[in-house]
Amino acid sequence: MRLAALIFKEVRELLTPATILPAIFMMLIFAGMGNMIGGMEKKAMQKPNVEIISYDNGSYANFYVNVLEKYCEEGKKNIATIIIPQNFSYSIEKGGAAEIKIKWFLEGTGISSSPSISNLRHAITMANKELASKILEEKNMNSSLIFSPVHYTEKSVIKNKEINAPPEKIISFFSSQSMSVPIVIMIMIVTSGGIVISSMGMEKENKTLETLLTLPIKRSHIVTGKIVGASVVGVVIASLYMLGLRYYISSFGIGEKIEGFNLSGIDYALLSISLFLSLLAGLSLCIVIGSFARNYKSAQVLSLPVSILAIVPMFLLMFQDFFSMDLPLKILIFIIPFSHPMMAPSLLLLKEYSWIIYGIAYTALFSSICILIATWIFKTDLLITGRIRK
Amino acid sequence: MQAVVVENLKKNYGKIKAVKGISFNVKKGEIFGLIGPNGVGKTTVLRVLATIIKKSDGKAKIFGYEVGKDDEAIRKIISYLPEEAGAYKNMRGIDYLKFMSNFFQKSDVDKAIEIANLGERIYDKIESYSKGMTRRLLVARALMAMPKLAILDEPTSGLDVVNANEIRNIIKEYAAMGTTFLISSHNMLEVEYLCHRIALMNNGIIVEEGEPEKLMEKYDAKNIEEVFLKVIK
Repeated sequence: MRLAALIFKEVRELLTPATILPAIFMMLIFAGMGNMIGGMEKKAMQKPNVEIISYDNGSYANFYVNVLEKYCEEGKKNIATIIIPQNFSYSIEKGGAAEIKIKWFLEGTGISSSPSISNLRHAITMANKELASKILEEKNMNSSLIFSPVHYTEKSVIKNKEINAPPEKIISFFSSQSMSVPIVIMIMIVTSGGIVISSMGMEKENKTLETLLTLPIKRSHIVTGKIVGASVVGVVIASLYMLGLRYYISSFGIGEKIEGFNLSGIDYALLSISLFLSLLAGLSLCIVIGSFARNYKSAQVLSLPVSILAIVPMFLLMFQDFFSMDLPLKILIFIIPFSHPMMAPSLLLLKEYSWIIYGIAYTALFSSICILIATWIFKTDLLITGRIRK
Repeated sequence: MQAVVVENLKKNYGKIKAVKGISFNVKKGEIFGLIGPNGVGKTTVLRVLATIIKKSDGKAKIFGYEVGKDDEAIRKIISYLPEEAGAYKNMRGIDYLKFMSNFFQKSDVDKAIEIANLGERIYDKIESYSKGMTRRLLVARALMAMPKLAILDEPTSGLDVVNANEIRNIIKEYAAMGTTFLISSHNMLEVEYLCHRIALMNNGIIVEEGEPEKLMEKYDAKNIEEVFLKVIK
């Protein structure tokens, strides 16, 4: 009852418009960016609007125009005009290369114009390829053999596991995990950690801490109340970010599922334990750090080291996986407690359970030590006088 | 039974000796005042007895419980009002009192609302309160659990004459009902009116102790302020 009251107080003090509105704002920004990228992808699927003017009625010219019309269409706003000159068919008949003229009309210099440009280039490549096939077949030659004389099948081996998929597909699948998960965990740690440290600063600035310390409640309950309260607020805020981020990342269309890589119920349970312990480690560390905050302003400064500890593994794990790192980097990543849930999805997909268990054991130990230190600090004079010594 | 027994209590902050060995007793139901100018160690003594900082040396007992050993038991029977205490600004006054009532077995929120005397403003957020309104709310919080010992550091700090007088009357009322009060004040006229006994503190030690009337008689002084000036001469 008392602990519940403390947790409720923490949530109430921390879950204010000042903490929620920036998260909602960021969620909308991510969602907006995702929508924009999604729109560009949709545009990339559309046929480019092109005007085709042909001055040649020869068979090759007509064939070329027909192929181009298969991949392009004429619209109100054409991105280019393709001019096929009079001697197009004649040049090919004589054994030379034909020439066309392209005049591009740029709507702007923004990146949104590039999908239509790429699509037209693709259309021209296809038209050239089909024209080449026609020429070869007229000379009784097998065009598909010439264009693709060797066929191949491929398999990828990762961690002694054979997968029927090309490496690009595997890398793309793992990238989708290593991009989104570390970002969300980083946001959760930075947000919740900042909240705990600020809460300590606010208690001191608003002069509420002395009263709290004389209430008939265990010091460990005060620490627990702060950790659980901040976790609740942190999870709410991280969920808002995640909603926006999920929409943003899904707009890239990466991470297509691969047979052989999936998470079981036990995997999800291990992931949840790793995430919970990492959050606990972060928040208990923040209470220890927050004990040194004199007021709200100094609390903001003190939250910086925790943010760095969350950002460093996020960046490292976004670009490199744990196993391909050098030993010093591996050690650095392992001793930062926030790294473990960041790399957990990849490790679980690869069924590398031993590293997951080591990570869980380490973060549990780290959290326990931090909670013991935090509880001890609450029993000393440090919070009131800034000194530990008697 | 003595409510508070303090023997040779010392508190150091590093090299600074804030309290240099003081002794005093407070009887049950008594209003006892620690009097002296700012910075003489009054707040430090109250914080040690309220169990939020550790003593460096000496002994202190509250209703038989030893400070430093039985802190959890002590916190169940005391209530402490710090000098510059604040309340959670995002809460409404009524919610603050209800929140605090969770931590005590006996607490009367209705009585607390009566002591706070904030009218309809009790339903407003604390961030909109004046300093005086917040102080009244905090005094109400300190007394609502009917503590055996109320430790009040400058209880009328920041209050106007009318509100300060109301708070003094409430303290007297609760003392009559059996609550023991240990208060600190640098307002010597206030303690003369309020306290049954006082201890004058200067430079971390108690320089004089007794009933206000008897001290004035002893030093042939018109008020406690004059007594204090004569004692420290």
